[in-house]
Amino acid sequence: MDARIFQELRSIVGAHGLVSSPEELHTYECDGLTNFRVMPLAVLLPSDTQQVQAIVGVCHRERIPFVARGSGTGLSGGALPVENGIVISLARMNRILEMDLANARVVVEPGVINLDVTGRVQPHQYFYAPDPSSQSVCSIGGNVAENSGGAHCLKYGFTTTHVLGLEVVLPDGSLVHLGGKCLDMPGYDLMGVFVGSEGTLGIATKVTLRIVKRPECIRTLLAAFPGTNEAGAAVSDIIAAGMLPAAIEMMDNLAIQAAEAAVHPNYPDCGGLLLVELDGPVAEVEALMRDVDEICRKNGAWEVRLAKSDTERMLVWKGRKAAFAAMGRISPNYIVQDGVIPRTALPRVMSEIARLSEEAGIRVANVFHAGDGNLHPLVLYDRRIAGQEQAAESLSYRILELCLEAGGSITGEHGVGEEKKRMMSKMFAEPDLDTMQRVRCAFDPLQLSNPTKVFPTPRLCGEKPGEYVAHPLETAGVAERY
Amino acid sequence: MLKTSAFEENLRARVGEANLHLASAGDAVSGVLPEFVAEPNDERQLAGILSLANEAGIAVVPRGSGTKLDWGNPPRRAQLILSTARLNRIVEHAWADLTVTVEAGCTLQSLQQTLGQHGQRLAFDGLWPERATIGGILSTNDSGALRLRFGALRDLIIGVTIALPDGTLASSGGKVVKNVAGYDLPKLVTGAFGTLGIITRAVFRLHPLPRTAKTFSFSAENSADMQQLILAIQDSQLAHTSLQIRGAANELLAADILFEATDAGLAAQESQLRDLLGSARVEQSPGSIWDARQNLWNSPTNNTLLAKISLLPTHIAKTFDSLKSLGNSRKVNWEIVLQATGMGMLRLAAEPAHLAAVVAELRTELQSRGGALGVLRRAPELPSIDAWGNTGDAISLMRAVKHQLDPKNTLNPGRFVGGI
Repeated sequence: MDARIFQELRSIVGAHGLVSSPEELHTYECDGLTNFRVMPLAVLLPSDTQQVQAIVGVCHRERIPFVARGSGTGLSGGALPVENGIVISLARMNRILEMDLANARVVVEPGVINLDVTGRVQPHQYFYAPDPSSQSVCSIGGNVAENSGGAHCLKYGFTTTHVLGLEVVLPDGSLVHLGGKCLDMPGYDLMGVFVGSEGTLGIATKVTLRIVKRPECIRTLLAAFPGTNEAGAAVSDIIAAGMLPAAIEMMDNLAIQAAEAAVHPNYPDCGGLLLVELDGPVAEVEALMRDVDEICRKNGAWEVRLAKSDTERMLVWKGRKAAFAAMGRISPNYIVQDGVIPRTALPRVMSEIARLSEEAGIRVANVFHAGDGNLHPLVLYDRRIAGQEQAAESLSYRILELCLEAGGSITGEHGVGEEKKRMMSKMFAEPDLDTMQRVRCAFDPLQLSNPTKVFPTPRLCGEKPGEYVAHPLETAGVAERY
Repeated sequence: MLKTSAFEENLRARVGEANLHLASAGDAVSGVLPEFVAEPNDERQLAGILSLANEAGIAVVPRGSGTKLDWGNPPRRAQLILSTARLNRIVEHAWADLTVTVEAGCTLQSLQQTLGQHGQRLAFDGLWPERATIGGILSTNDSGALRLRFGALRDLIIGVTIALPDGTLASSGGKVVKNVAGYDLPKLVTGAFGTLGIITRAVFRLHPLPRTAKTFSFSAENSADMQQLILAIQDSQLAHTSLQIRGAANELLAADILFEATDAGLAAQESQLRDLLGSARVEQSPGSIWDARQNLWNSPTNNTLLAKISLLPTHIAKTFDSLKSLGNSRKVNWEIVLQATGMGMLRLAAEPAHLAAVVAELRTELQSRGGALGVLRRAPELPSIDAWGNTGDAISLMRAVKHQLDPKNTLNPGRFVGGI
């Protein structure tokens, strides 16, 4: 990078806000998806919105691409640096700015850790509902970028349901406010577009969140089935009975073994484990839990038990949330996949995954958010064995194709990022992707904000003659045309 | 208008005699009379007509059944009404997956009837369900009492197909509840008042029909007491589905709360509610009390204006006090149904000159507390009020989005915020 620009960036954040030595930069060369690595030119750690604006302003002037980064826990390479670009880490913008309990709103900076929001409001019996497995380390800014889910989004919805307002630095350095503390602010729902846009539309610098009152009771049931098909049938029956549990999670035998090895959650050793959580008023939950128990037994569960205490319930969840990391106990390397299928396709897709796994000689452990059909197949391999990594990768992509063939999606909560952008053209037709990119052109005509992610081929914003608007501000100038 | 005859010929060729007719007085859009009404058979034909109009510089007003066609600002131009009336199929009710794919012209009631056969519903209570279409409901972002528990339309829609002015048919989202692949365009077009593209189909997540439901009502002496009761309920561990306040000039404030649960759950919640509010205060009400929002629209006169307001729950009392004092000082008759979410439907009736002043004052006040007031139906004598008010610092960005998708201002010109 030009020394002059380098100096200018340093003057914005100060020496402590700049990382440029090669050793330190290594920390930032990848996110949770470690098989893609790019060294950034520099990493900047702004401490407030004005600094973010100033940095992005320089990037815009000098046409330097930038990638925003929260805690770097993403699993699709969304925070992977881009060639000849810088990384803007929001880790130091980690203050909880406002807690408005009466209106159930919390205003935070993007670097605040997901679980810390709940931590702050818990004494008042509130919680922040989206709970990705990485919630003890992942940041709200990253959650906003990825529209993170978690086990409880079956009932409570995804990050996008819980974000009410955003302060955003656009890719030209200007500041806009989308949404607000009140609902349905006039104009387009650009906040809805921004959440889940994986850092390609700008950088959120302030986030207004909705918090939820803690239910009167939470009950978690564990049911052991001979296999995932029986467990899947029970899930269908629970849904058909008109219940909307807070969470329904499923693990297959390999996943159970790994979780046991890692955190000893005392799961029954079975072919398909179902974890059903109901919450709400005690009388309601107890009545429905009896139905769930019966449905599980009817579908062949040989052991059904309720977590007896909060401690036991936490342990049950610890096992589930540790499932990804636990794979390290049973395999030297693994790929975490994130496909979605209509729930009814589960038996068909599962047996196909089993067949492909056998064919390739590569083990696949399965952890699902079974209530909403979100599969997390964990493809296990050993990098030291020649050809295994490649075979594992191709198996993992083949699983995504299975999801698409079943009418599902290539990602339920991890995002497209770098990893799955080539799959996008299998899920969407050209006009679909083109329309999304036209929206992108409105936010970022120069394609500086996390370019090269999400879309398989970038669209030049000026491609259609006569329709090109060079810059949002320029568009504002043609206001008289409206 | 020179191009119209050539355009008409092309249009006739594209859509067929049977699906095209000249507009009549009943087709007027907020006083602007269009020339044609086209009713395409399917979404491809709709997209084709739209691109034809776009090339010819003809302004297009998308229309479902027209129940909310007068919401927002009057159009600057309106030559062709593009109706979704024939796009009324329920494409797929994947009941075991709790999703439905439906075309834009299907009415809410007809959709709910089909879903009900499998004990399911779209958890949304819209205005005039027997006539209102899915496309119109989405475009106007109608919002009812079920929003408190199930979220807004933006939280229920999981996929959409839109026709763009250049003839592109673009889909985004999908058929599964959980999906983060690509931009969330279903949310972009929800509430866009048909200014970005025409919604041709939508996919929704569904919810089971409740086992049993019961409504209770209570009243409060004054606005401060009412706010306190509402906040106490919201801060409790009750699992209510809806909570609304009904208020009107010179009437006691009343509120309604809906529970949907098992019998056991319902009994327990009723007793908790009575403990919380004081048993004497709480009465059971018929389910028809939830029609209150729609009833505000009954028998409008030339002096009636209806607006959607948005405020924080902690500003409920202040807002009622303002309504009361404006009502007295400006001789305005007002009636409101306000949800605990802070979304309210407000009916004002007064001399036109007073109406404009009240809207301006109330809007300024709501905006100063972070809220908003949008004019839905206006008295015909009041064309000069802007429907939307302050749109904040994102208006340039909104214009840029509009320009990317509809660069020639073909769709609903002038109806939306900032002149879009």
